Amino acid sequence: MSTSDYDPACLPDLLPLYYRRLFPFSQYYRWLSYGGVSKNYFQNREFSFTLKDDIYVRYQSFTTQNELEKEMQKMVPYKIDIGAVYSHRPSQHNAVKSGTFQALEKELVFDIDMTDYDDVRRCCSAADICSKCWTLMTIAIRILDRALREDFGFHHLLWVYSGRRGVHCWVCDDAARKLSVAARSAVAEYLSLVKGGEETVRKVVLSDPIHPFINHSLSVVERYFQQYAIVDQDILGSKESVDKVLAVFPVDRYFFKEGSSVSYDLHFSCVSVKSNSKKGGQYFDKEIMLQYCYPRLDVNVSKGVNHLLKSPFSVHPKTGRISVPIDLKELDTFDPFEVPTISLICEELEKPRAEEAEEDDMKDKENEQEAGERRRIRDYKRTSLAKYVKVFDRFLEAMARSRKGEMLKKSGEIEKDSVFHIHLILAFTLQMD
Amino acid sequence: MQFPGRRKKLIGSSQNDLYDHCLQFYGQPPLENISLTEFETFAVERLKLLKTVENLGVSCVKNSEQYTKKLDAEISRISEYEKRRKDHISHFILRLAYCQTEDLRRWFIQQEMDLFRYRFNDLHSKHKTDFLHKNNLKYETVSAEEKKSLQDKLIASSYGLSGTKVEEHDVYKVPFQDALDLVRTRKVYLLAGNAYIPHHEIVTIVLNDFRTRLSKALAMTARSLPAVQSDERLQPLLSHLSHAYVGQDYSIQKNIGKISLEQIDALSGKSFPLCMRHLHKALRENHHLRHGGRMQYGLFLKGIGLSLEQALQFWRSEFVKGKVDADKFDKAYAYSVRHMFGKEGKRTDYTPYSCMKVILSNPPSQGDYHGCPFRHSDPELLKQKLQNYKVSPSGTNQILELVKGMHYQLACQKYFELTHNVEDAGFSLNHPNQYFTESQKLLSGGRDIKKEVDMSQRSQENPASVTRPSQANSKQIFLDEIQELSDPS
Repeated sequence: MSTSDYDPACLPDLLPLYYRRLFPFSQYYRWLSYGGVSKNYFQNREFSFTLKDDIYVRYQSFTTQNELEKEMQKMVPYKIDIGAVYSHRPSQHNAVKSGTFQALEKELVFDIDMTDYDDVRRCCSAADICSKCWTLMTIAIRILDRALREDFGFHHLLWVYSGRRGVHCWVCDDAARKLSVAARSAVAEYLSLVKGGEETVRKVVLSDPIHPFINHSLSVVERYFQQYAIVDQDILGSKESVDKVLAVFPVDRYFFKEGSSVSYDLHFSCVSVKSNSKKGGQYFDKEIMLQYCYPRLDVNVSKGVNHLLKSPFSVHPKTGRISVPIDLKELDTFDPFEVPTISLICEELEKPRAEEAEEDDMKDKENEQEAGERRRIRDYKRTSLAKYVKVFDRFLEAMARSRKGEMLKKSGEIEKDSVFHIHLILAFTLQMD
Repeated sequence: MQFPGRRKKLIGSSQNDLYDHCLQFYGQPPLENISLTEFETFAVERLKLLKTVENLGVSCVKNSEQYTKKLDAEISRISEYEKRRKDHISHFILRLAYCQTEDLRRWFIQQEMDLFRYRFNDLHSKHKTDFLHKNNLKYETVSAEEKKSLQDKLIASSYGLSGTKVEEHDVYKVPFQDALDLVRTRKVYLLAGNAYIPHHEIVTIVLNDFRTRLSKALAMTARSLPAVQSDERLQPLLSHLSHAYVGQDYSIQKNIGKISLEQIDALSGKSFPLCMRHLHKALRENHHLRHGGRMQYGLFLKGIGLSLEQALQFWRSEFVKGKVDADKFDKAYAYSVRHMFGKEGKRTDYTPYSCMKVILSNPPSQGDYHGCPFRHSDPELLKQKLQNYKVSPSGTNQILELVKGMHYQLACQKYFELTHNVEDAGFSLNHPNQYFTESQKLLSGGRDIKKEVDMSQRSQENPASVTRPSQANSKQIFLDEIQELSDPS
């Protein structure tokens, strides 16, 4: 069983162990320092902690990886959120003249939450999820990942399981971190197709011409629709559910063909649609598929530069699951119920160790400082957390390679620039004479 | 921006050079002398124009035929040269008034952009190109091969584009950050972070430039402002100009504590605008509201006079009936209520949302009950709701017609008239709290006749000053006009 029975009451005992021996601090620090290119990037980053008894503290910041570790081990946060990189150290924000303390940069983030699909999923509601509705997340990830990479040109995306009922995306490109509020909101709007609240029945409206982005998204939805909507969600399984599907359109515009059977196929061929008005009707099958499957984003999460979002590798207090990175190469087989819980990995830690482990222990005794870190690396490697840290490692590698490429390009340019400057100075001095 | 030390008077021949194009980027401030009267009148007229732009932007789809026709009608017919000179000078005057706070700047930039877009679109293609040349605006174009390979995608993403147009005209390639309006509405093709903009949409790129320059200029103006404000002649005029825009924002609470919590249910039916009635009902039914709803409704309640203690009690009692226990409320939600009253964080005393804000920002999604029902509800559902609230079928139809024409505030006004049984609301609705105040006024016994008497008296007293304005009196006229701009009734 991959979920050692998790009991929230154990959190006070498990968390200290997790932060001491399993949380991947060096990778985490490596991520948030972004190669040290910008001065004080890590130092000016805001973290917020939710401590025991729901005590919430904001504006936490740390100067080094070591300080981050010590503080987390001391405070033992139940939840960790990551905020923006500010103009000054967040922990000193009160000392700064009012108005000058500002959020400068942050990753572009997206939060897909299963509750936003409650009106279109029949298997679960609210905080529950199951394998039948998890497909919605798969679809969301495929559509958004493609768009963010191909349309917007972003390269470094980290997809993370939230620990309970959704996924987050962290777009970490340099350009993404520097985006303004207006730009973030424009990106989120571009990616939004399902619009409207309780008061809107027809939430997707398509008109000619259909934008290439919508076509791309439709082809993803179509790949999954038969299995997800027709089979798993069974949206055409009863008259009641069919009515709901077709309620999107005024009653007088559809009727059932005589003698149609219970199982309907993808193109609603047994339903005839009278489309006598210019508006709508021609794309109703596409609109229905999108309304049932297209990703629903909370624009407000993506808009704000200073918005705080749950940190990767934090624990979800209600389920005990670790917020782990998702490997997109294995997306179709990702199972949220296989994600390790804190109880599981702590238990795995206690298992008897192999002989090589004891040799390593000997080496450690020689060098205490690095010992802690090495031990921790060995520790998580023995647990189910290992493969997820690997995904994170690969993500970090890719960013490092990209940074190196940028630096080489820039140094080439700088050389050219400095030569030009020298010419200019010479020309100027010549003129002066 | 600095008012220059050397002041050149305009000479005849250079007149033509200075204003040789009807549109400008406002790169250079005007260098002439003008009288105080001109200073005031120019400023007020431009402000009126910007307010018209704002109002049209809400009631019509921007750049639609209707919008363009209406804006055409507003722009008066005077000599072309005079028009351009006025345009130049008035823009810079308003910069002085609107550079001071983030809100003012944002408003000014938004209206100036809308105005600029309207005027740019109005130009002949040749004049557009002239403008680009004159202002040194060069944008990267897409090669013929790339155009060909992307032709279908371009046609599918941009409005009004055909195969021939793609071949014949330039397509520009800019980073998507420079074409946000097109990105936001998905009206452009994106590839690898670049937006591919057909020639006829070039206004978007130009606008982006316009916004960036204006934004920088306003920041600089704000820094030089103290020098300008020390001129006693200008200081009162400038401060009145910026207040004219803000108008009544219901941020200063009157009648605190005059409303008791028990009255709210009844009041929601009688005096709340539809949006707030809707939010109140959702809160009572679900014992919960999401953030957007809490803000819109919470601030409204603050505006009608609820004290912080009352508000806390109100929200807690409702949430506790739902899934939130008293402890959780105190930890999680109480903070945000106090925040609304300016008692937490940066202690901004948040102002209740105006209709414009409710209609235009933060549209509701699944699970939300905020927004403007006339704008955000399906017409069918809106009709049902109105019927439930006992609005007559003919009244409902009138409302739906207005909604179709996108006149959301007028639709709400009509709702006011129908529920209060009056022919004419007697005011121009632009704020939910205004709806409440007017409703209460009506229900508590009649309109304020006193104001009308005052107006007629005033016009009788000053006929002389109207025909020959001396400096003091012209200031009076100016301030009166400002008064009118800020008081929508």
